[in-house]
Amino acid sequence: MMRALNARLRQGYRTNPFPAEDPVLSPRYAGLPQLDPGACNACGECEKACPTQAISAHTAPSELKLDLGRCIFCGECEKACDQGAISFSKTFRMGATEREGLVLGKNTEMRIKRLNDEMLRCFGHAMKIRVVSAGGCGACEADVNVLETIGFDLSRFGIGYAASPRHADALLVTGPVSGNMELALKKTWEAMPDPKLVIAVGACAISGGIYRGMPEVRDGADSTLPVNLYIPGCPPHPISILNGLLGLLNRLP
Amino acid sequence: MKLLETGNKISVADIPDRSYNDFRAELIDSCGGGKGARIVSLFALREGGNRLIAAVADDKAGTISVTSTLVDSTYPSLTPALPQVHLFERELFEADGLRPEGHPWLKSVRNPFATDFSRMGGDESHEVAVGPVHAGVIEPGHFRFQCYGENVEHLEISLGYQHRGIENAMVGGPDKRTVHLMETAAGDTSIGHSLAYARIFESMAGVMVPARAEALRAIALELERIANHVGDLGALAGDVGYLPTKSFCGRLRGDFLNITAELCGNRFGRNLVRPGGVAFDVSGDEALALAGRLKSLLAQADEAVELLWNTPSVLARFEHTGIVSRQDAIDVGLVGPAARACGLDMDSRSDHPTGMYRYTAIPVSTSLSGDVYARAMVRMLEYRRSARFILDTLASLPAGKTTAESKAPLASAMLAVFLVEGWRGEICHCAITSADGKFLRYKVTDPSFHNWFGLALALRGQQISDFPLCNKSFNLSYCGFDL
Repeated sequence: MMRALNARLRQGYRTNPFPAEDPVLSPRYAGLPQLDPGACNACGECEKACPTQAISAHTAPSELKLDLGRCIFCGECEKACDQGAISFSKTFRMGATEREGLVLGKNTEMRIKRLNDEMLRCFGHAMKIRVVSAGGCGACEADVNVLETIGFDLSRFGIGYAASPRHADALLVTGPVSGNMELALKKTWEAMPDPKLVIAVGACAISGGIYRGMPEVRDGADSTLPVNLYIPGCPPHPISILNGLLGLLNRLP
Repeated sequence: MKLLETGNKISVADIPDRSYNDFRAELIDSCGGGKGARIVSLFALREGGNRLIAAVADDKAGTISVTSTLVDSTYPSLTPALPQVHLFERELFEADGLRPEGHPWLKSVRNPFATDFSRMGGDESHEVAVGPVHAGVIEPGHFRFQCYGENVEHLEISLGYQHRGIENAMVGGPDKRTVHLMETAAGDTSIGHSLAYARIFESMAGVMVPARAEALRAIALELERIANHVGDLGALAGDVGYLPTKSFCGRLRGDFLNITAELCGNRFGRNLVRPGGVAFDVSGDEALALAGRLKSLLAQADEAVELLWNTPSVLARFEHTGIVSRQDAIDVGLVGPAARACGLDMDSRSDHPTGMYRYTAIPVSTSLSGDVYARAMVRMLEYRRSARFILDTLASLPAGKTTAESKAPLASAMLAVFLVEGWRGEICHCAITSADGKFLRYKVTDPSFHNWFGLALALRGQQISDFPLCNKSFNLSYCGFDL
C-alpha cells in the first residue's frame, strides 16, 4: 500500500494542459499541409507520388488541391515537389464539420462548426461516445483510447466512452467500413437513441484511406451513416481528435 | 525440402515439386511430434494448377526450407497429424476452394457470416455470445462461450470483420500503395510488418541495407515492443481492478510512442521503414536526448510494473489463470510471448536473425507456467531487455547512410520468406514474383493467426469473467488476422 502511494507521488501529475496550452509535439510531426499555388508549375509529380489520390495538380497551378480526408500524411508529395509548393506544417488543429471543408485549395475553409444550441444543450456538458472500429488497423483506435488515460483525461470535459450504443450520444467510427462490419455498424447506429452524432476519425473512416476502391471496403463512414465531424490523419494525433471533439462542443477557449 | 539460399530466397523453378504423399511425409517428419521445426507459411499458388507451398522454419538450426506439391480440389488433410496447420487449411478451403479431406472442423476464417459454430449439447449447458461490437474501444470479433454452469468448456472465436483484402491488393505490386498497406496490416505493428516487407523487397532486388539503417530499424522495432508491452501490463492491471499500474502504464505507453514520433514524426512509426533503409536519421545530439528520455521513462515504467509483483490481490488473479500447456503450445504452433510463456525457447530475433540482430543478441525471455502470470512476466522481461538493447545501440550507432539508393527491379520468378519478431511474435511474409518481377502472391502471417486458438485453449475450464484478463494477456490483433 505504501509502495503504491509512494509511486503515485513520484509519478506526479501527468495530464496534458491542452486546451489551455498547446502541446509540445515532435519536431518531425507532420501536421496540416500548406499549399502554395504560386510556386506550383502543374508538373503533376505530386499526384503521381500520392498513394491515395489525395492531391491533384495536373491542370493548372491554381487548381492545386489536397483532400485531407484522403491524405495519410506520408509526405511523398512534399518530396516529389521540386518547387516547394507543398509542405507539412506543425498545425495539429485539423478537422471539419463539412466534408468539402477538408479539400484544401482555393475558396475552402476547414472549419469545425459548433453544434447548434439545442444539441449543445443536450451534449455540451456530457457526451457519451460509442466507438466502433469498422476495418480499422488499430492505430486510430489506440489514439482514441488514449484520450481516456490520465495523459489526456477526457472525462474532465464530461466526455466518455459508452459500453452500449443505448447509452451513447455519438458514434465514433474508425476504419474504411469493411463489408463485413457494415451490418454491425448500421445496427449500432440504429440502437442509439436520438438525437445522435457520427464522428469519422482517420483517413480510412473519412474516405477509405489507403484501402479506397478495394472491393472488400465501403470507402468510409459516409457510405453508411450521416457524418457530423471529420478528423483527418493516419492516425490523427490524439490532440487533433480531442481538439475536434471540443470544437464540436464549443469547449475550446 | 530445399533450404532457402542467401537472402532467404529461392528461384521458383528450384522449389521441390513432390507427390502429395512425399510432401506430407516431409512435413510430418520435420514438424510432427515436437521435432523442432514449424510450418511458418502454407498457401496455394494457383498459376498452372493448385500448388501447395509450405515454408518450414527449423529454429534450432536457424534455417528456412520450402517444399511444394500439386493437389486437386481435394486432398487428405494434414491437420490430424499436424494440428499446427489447422487454420492454414481452413484458409486454403475458404480462399482457394481446396478441401482438406478429414479436417476435424472446416469452419470459415474471414467470413463471419458463414460460421458454423461448435455447440455444446445438454440441458444444463448454455452459450454466451458477444460481439462483434464490444464494450470497450477495441476491434470487432465474435466470441461464443460454451458454458456448463459458471465454467467455460470451450470458446468459439469467429473473426473476419476487419477483412480488407490486403493480400489481394499486394498482387501486381510493389507500387506506391504497397508499403502503406503493410504499415496498416496491423496498425500497432507498423514497424514489424513494414520491416518484413522491406526485407522481402531488398532480398529480391539485391539491395544492401546500410548498417546505420539496420540499427535504426531495430531501435524502432524494440520501441514498438516496449510501448505495447508496457501498455498491456497496465491494461492487465486494469482488468484485475488494480488502478495505480493501470493509470501509470496507460500514460507511459503514450510516452514510449512519442519516442517513436521523435524518430519519424508518427507515434506508430509510419513512414520510417522503407525498402532500402529508413526515411529518417538521428543526429548525435538527438540520439543522446532519446537515450536520456528512454532511461527516465524506463525508471517510471519499472516502478509502475513492480507494483504488480508486490500486490497479492494482483498475483492471485494472474496465477493459474488461463493456462496453456507446453505441449498444447507446440501442437497448435503458438509463437511469440504466448509461446515463450509456456517455456518454449523460440524468438526469431535469435533463431533467424536479420539486420542488427546478427550482431547484438537479445536474451530470449521465457517463463514456465503458461498462465497470465507467465505472459505478464515474459512481457516485463522483454521490454526491459529491449530497452537495454536500444540504449546500447543508440550509444554505438554505426556511421554512414540511412538508405541504399537502388532502382533495381525485383528478381523474376523468385520466392522469398522472412521472419520478423514483432511484439506479438513471429511475423512471416512470403512473396513470389512473376516473370516480370511483380508480386504474384504475397502471404502475410501475423502472429495472431497462430495465437487466437491459444486464447481459446486458455479459456477452457475458466470462468467468463476471466476472459478480459486472458484476452489482454495475449492481446491479439483482429486486423492482423483478418487482413
